[in-house]
Amino acid sequence: MANDNPIKLPTYLEVPAIKKNAMAGNGPFKASEDIQNSLGFPGEKVDNWQQVAIDKMAETKSKYRSVQVFLDACVKCGACTDKCHYYLGTADPKNMPVARQDLFRSVYRRHFTFAGKYFPRLVGAKDLDENMLDDWYNYFHQCSQCRRCAVYCPYGIDTAEISMAAREVMNVIGVGQKYPNQILGKVQKIGNNLGMPEPALKDTLEDLEDEIKDETGVDVKLPLDVKDSEVLMVTPSADFFAEPHIDGLIGYAKVFHESGVTWTLSSYASEAANFGMFIGNYDVMRQGALRIRKAAIDLNVRRVIVGECGHAWRVAYSFWNTLTGIGSGGSDEYSLRLQKQLDSNYPQPQHMIEFTYDLIQNNQLSFDKSKNDHRIVTFHDSCNVARGSNMGDIKNGQFILPREVIKAACDNFVEMPKNTIKSSTFCCGGGGGLLTDDLIDLRIKGAKPRMHALKKTEQESGVNTLAAICAICKSQFSKVLPNYDFDPYMIVSVHQLVSDAIVLKESSDNEV
Amino acid sequence: MSLISIFFTFFFYISVLIFIIGVSYKLVQYWNTPAPLKIPIAPASLNTSGVLIRYFREIFLFSSLYKSSKWTWLFGWSFHLALVLLFFRHLPYFWPGEVPLILYKTEVLKYSSYLLFFGLVGLLIRRIFVDRVRYISSPSDYLMLLLLIFIASTGMLMTFGNNHPNMLLVTNFASGLITFQWSELPKEVIFLAHIFPVFFLIAIFPISKLLHAPGIFFSPTFNQVDNARKKRHISDWALNKEEGSKIDLENNDNEKY
Repeated sequence: MANDNPIKLPTYLEVPAIKKNAMAGNGPFKASEDIQNSLGFPGEKVDNWQQVAIDKMAETKSKYRSVQVFLDACVKCGACTDKCHYYLGTADPKNMPVARQDLFRSVYRRHFTFAGKYFPRLVGAKDLDENMLDDWYNYFHQCSQCRRCAVYCPYGIDTAEISMAAREVMNVIGVGQKYPNQILGKVQKIGNNLGMPEPALKDTLEDLEDEIKDETGVDVKLPLDVKDSEVLMVTPSADFFAEPHIDGLIGYAKVFHESGVTWTLSSYASEAANFGMFIGNYDVMRQGALRIRKAAIDLNVRRVIVGECGHAWRVAYSFWNTLTGIGSGGSDEYSLRLQKQLDSNYPQPQHMIEFTYDLIQNNQLSFDKSKNDHRIVTFHDSCNVARGSNMGDIKNGQFILPREVIKAACDNFVEMPKNTIKSSTFCCGGGGGLLTDDLIDLRIKGAKPRMHALKKTEQESGVNTLAAICAICKSQFSKVLPNYDFDPYMIVSVHQLVSDAIVLKESSDNEV
Repeated sequence: MSLISIFFTFFFYISVLIFIIGVSYKLVQYWNTPAPLKIPIAPASLNTSGVLIRYFREIFLFSSLYKSSKWTWLFGWSFHLALVLLFFRHLPYFWPGEVPLILYKTEVLKYSSYLLFFGLVGLLIRRIFVDRVRYISSPSDYLMLLLLIFIASTGMLMTFGNNHPNMLLVTNFASGLITFQWSELPKEVIFLAHIFPVFFLIAIFPISKLLHAPGIFFSPTFNQVDNARKKRHISDWALNKEEGSKIDLENNDNEKY
């Protein structure tokens, strides 16, 4: 499935000279009135939008220290200018992190600072007019909130925080993006991003059980809504239907089967993804998290485990305890009840990788690594996992654990170049609410730095498998890999590698 | 006292006053603004000592900048290091009364002005010639550098050229500002041209990008401990929101947000 005109990649990653307005445009599709209203936002741009926007900026910077400090602290040193994959892929100067922030900062300066009020030209302060709003809409939807720039900023300025704030302001004045807002409506009504109702989910899981049975001869279960299970598994809904995601789900099922730990999925909370983060809205994000809390209480589980999804893991690991008190340390009624209900021997929530890793450490899983011998595997660190979370509660655990799981299942593992992995990882190009066909040009261009690193690794080590632990990364890579002359099926879930190599206990005799 | 001495004396106090009030205002603002979510950036610290080590590396070594751009790091770090050294070099002037012997030893630090000059010119060249950095620069970004280069140049011309102002007058004027025993300052233009932009920079500190200095300490990506699963982190406004909502444990989907 090679693309007719694959993009030629240079042998080293070039920082392009700026090309003004290279990505000028109208931005992604806007949300309809119904979609906006379903989230409590105005259906169309309000009349006094400028004033509403300025008021919202004032509110946001008074509620988020990050926004206030980041707007003040930038010295325009330029350290971040060549770090964004969208800049490297498009050369549009407004895709340089600092220039993207400056769209917001220039308005902040104009309206909220002495220098900007009285000497706007001197300090680059600008009014929030139609042109500026258009730039906001276009360029804050060319940021995947991957936070690579923040790793390189001497003050830790995180463009994602500014991009979230800007999207929140735009939603409040009635200018929302269709893709995330429509999905958020579905998740609030039905329980997952796909809008997949309980009967369809049930059918899918039963089909998968049959498939595993046919393949291995073992009765591996994918339980749904089973009360009093040990584990509630919350996974991105893409795992239920999309390739290669679904093979990862089969992997989780096999691992649970081998562990003997009872587990269940929930039809009420059948979505780990939380696009509330992408639009920077605390309440919407909290509503998503509350569904999972309710499922945990209703199903009376002892543990909550999250599947392979990058931003979902950031929300779960870093935000769930704040949003819902699902971990420990909270003192409200729910937190106290959950603390009693959930097993305090484990961190809550846990990542599936942590669960599998622990089993491997305790020699509870056996693998036939030869099943993966045809693969030379590299690992793509998904940005939200790499830069916004941890695993195993050890320093850099989020880099160590997935690699250890891969190595337990595969003999051939290689790394991509050092400045493109771990905390310096390049975004797949489709994160942060940009995984939509109306942004396909941006997605292809934004994938360039990652594709370049992969190409180099292919040339040097013959890598033929790209493993990831993020639903968005997997979908994005499936789509853009052919554009760079790669096999679109080379992208796999880490738990697919586990699934292919794991030796199921009851299967040793039945194997064909 | 001459008019010019009165002017500079006033200018100094007003600048310092603006500095103190302005920076205090910003510190209080940053302090009072909650950080509602845990957003430490990798490599995140898992405990408080990790955060302290991180700050040590960022403040004394500019470690993130080093990772980003070796040239910017070289110029920026040289400039800041020289700034600190030259602060100590200037302390004897301001020292009220008997100057401790150790401060006389700071004389040798005058050579760090070359480092200062080197760093600033490097930063300016980078700002002008790197297209990406030029794109993000406002007039104020250039002016700030030019002002600092001007301060460095006048200082170096006085120190290394044959333009020494009367050092006794300098010392009396400077220490007089601290002890409120005001005295005449030397009238050499180069001296006045040296201290005028310094006082000016003190004054604009709280309304300019110089706020990066206090700002770094409040940066949630740096100062937060990565322990969200272990310890609940919540802001007052979020907690109020929760308490304002109806809690019904049996039907918690009916909760109002």
